[in-house]
Amino acid sequence: MDIHEYQAKELLARHGVSLPRGGLAYSPEQAAYRTSEIGGERWAVKAQIHSGARGKAGGVKLCGSDKEVKAAAEEMLGKRLVTHQTGPEGKLVNRLYIEETVDIAQELYLGFVLDRKAERIMIIASSSGGMEVEEIADKEPESLIKTVVDPGHGLQDFQAREIAYNLGLEYKVVGRMVDTILGCYRAFRDHDASMLEINPLVVTGSGNVMALDAKMSFDENALFRRQEISELRDKSQEDPRETFASDRGLSYVGLTGEIGCIINGAGLAMATLDMIKIAGGEPANFLDIGGGASPERVAKSFRAVLQDDNVKVIFVNIFAGINRCDWVAEGVIRAKREVGVPVPIVVRLAGTNVEKGRQILADSGEDIIVAETLKEGAEKAVAAWKEATASRAA
Amino acid sequence: MAVLLNKDTKVIVQGFTGKIGSFHAEDMIRYGTKVVGGVTPSKGGQMHLDLPVFNTVRGAVEETGAEASIVFVPPPFAADSIMEAADAGIKFCVCITDGIPAQDMMRVKRYMRRYRAADKMRLFGPNCAGMISPDEGFMGIMPTNIYKKGRIGVVARSGTLSYEAAAQMLAKGIGISTSIGIGGDPINGSSFKDCLELFEADPETDAVVMIGEIGGPQEAEAARWAQEHMSKPVCAYIAGASAPKGKKMGHAGAIVSTEGESAAEKIEIMKACGLAVVPHPSAFGEVVEEMIGHRKAA
Repeated sequence: MDIHEYQAKELLARHGVSLPRGGLAYSPEQAAYRTSEIGGERWAVKAQIHSGARGKAGGVKLCGSDKEVKAAAEEMLGKRLVTHQTGPEGKLVNRLYIEETVDIAQELYLGFVLDRKAERIMIIASSSGGMEVEEIADKEPESLIKTVVDPGHGLQDFQAREIAYNLGLEYKVVGRMVDTILGCYRAFRDHDASMLEINPLVVTGSGNVMALDAKMSFDENALFRRQEISELRDKSQEDPRETFASDRGLSYVGLTGEIGCIINGAGLAMATLDMIKIAGGEPANFLDIGGGASPERVAKSFRAVLQDDNVKVIFVNIFAGINRCDWVAEGVIRAKREVGVPVPIVVRLAGTNVEKGRQILADSGEDIIVAETLKEGAEKAVAAWKEATASRAA
Repeated sequence: MAVLLNKDTKVIVQGFTGKIGSFHAEDMIRYGTKVVGGVTPSKGGQMHLDLPVFNTVRGAVEETGAEASIVFVPPPFAADSIMEAADAGIKFCVCITDGIPAQDMMRVKRYMRRYRAADKMRLFGPNCAGMISPDEGFMGIMPTNIYKKGRIGVVARSGTLSYEAAAQMLAKGIGISTSIGIGGDPINGSSFKDCLELFEADPETDAVVMIGEIGGPQEAEAARWAQEHMSKPVCAYIAGASAPKGKKMGHAGAIVSTEGESAAEKIEIMKACGLAVVPHPSAFGEVVEEMIGHRKAA
């Protein structure tokens, strides 16, 4: 789960990380008023969306007066900002962060990730701040400093000190840098973060260390014990199809094709999307219906897939282990009758109670295309999609 | 003998008396798995499914001599249950639970390092379908009727995709020595490489099917190991070729976040390491058939 820059900064401030003065604004008037609260002479107006690379996309404007701040805010609020991370549809800007500008002597990079090879938290730092970390890895890989933290003992002061010295910082700045690294580590660990990135982390002319930007993501599996993080969720930043599905306990990822998918198991779901592509189609979504799929859950899944107007055919692929094919079949029939499915349905059932499931589909009298194997199902779904597209064209 | 699990393996169920634990324990017993009891804190001393319930794993091990455990404990408490099993002397543990926080798994992995190699528990999962040695026993949630006893080892992240492979092999009359799920989480117990080592050492396994997916370094690590150390043929499938970067595809671990984690990159590594690549998820049967055919001819 992602949060906004200002939310990440609030969290980090609580752990002793220094920040420029700033404040949130929902309207141009608030934005202009913030300048008098914050003080100073120059401010950055920053669009709060769940994406990096906002600067290049026009999501950060430097202003020298409250009038300029107000104008910048009018320009940004209510718009969809498109960065190279958001996709062409962009993300809605409905809040701004107004921040004083600081006198930058040096720009650094500081990141924390769960490293899957080490199976531990890894700290990545570089003296080449401001660039994206992929770019740093590409252009200046020798500048990357990587430190792994033993979860049994936590991050030690000396490790933070080593990072600071390896960054080539001046002696008087090292202490502040150590506090910043330790603070970030505690924020990461104590809130079950999965990613924390400060880019740039700056050394100011007066020798302070400040987070100019902040990005954090959190482990969704740990939200049960992180209520304060759950409260930071901003649904306006999500794909509405994904929000609809996640509110109903379904695992869904929106894609750009026109073949809707309902599958059990994440691996089989990914494989089914791959099979659709090989068969010449494009999937509209990933949807894992999960174990123990009741007829109600199947019907819910149909509703979720049909949130997407682009869907021209629905492919249901179930290999039942804990699931039961007869329940799934009943769910498909119920969805067809109650939800009203305006597109062709292709169903492939296998596993527990498969004969019963197929019988239910056959006895229903509903127009449902049945397949025995994954390949056959994908091919039939692609054929039905082509037919639907052709009839629309005609 | 198959890998790890056979008809004589004494198994306990952690989270035994819960709805899910009970349901699958009954299934396991029906299949012939030697389930000797279970653990549910506060229910020690009771009987459940005609088997004794213990408060602690240590108590269960002392009384029953259990050497394996399967965990159906809910996510907030599952990491603790795994560490309890490791400390009680369980030899291998299958954790089915989906949704354990990554930092809890980090702690589990760190905790397990306290034991010497000989005393160290092997963990499979979490977030997996379990393990089956057909006609011997199973610890998991898979539909058993698609498994036929044979000489092919299967190791997979995804449960349903391993069913897909087993069913395609069954349709061609090919059986399985052991099928192992390693789970879809970013931090898990045994890796693909650990399982390949087991299959390489198992005299009753002739070839291995490895079913991976996007995200993480384990598939590539296993492929490189296989190239250097395996005498048995391995074929591999990587799911998620159509997954966009940075999107989590259902499994907590199925996300392309850095270089080398996409399906295309992993498939390249498989090929470079001399593994047979399964071109699409309906081709497991054919590829395995061809793989063992070649072996027989040679």
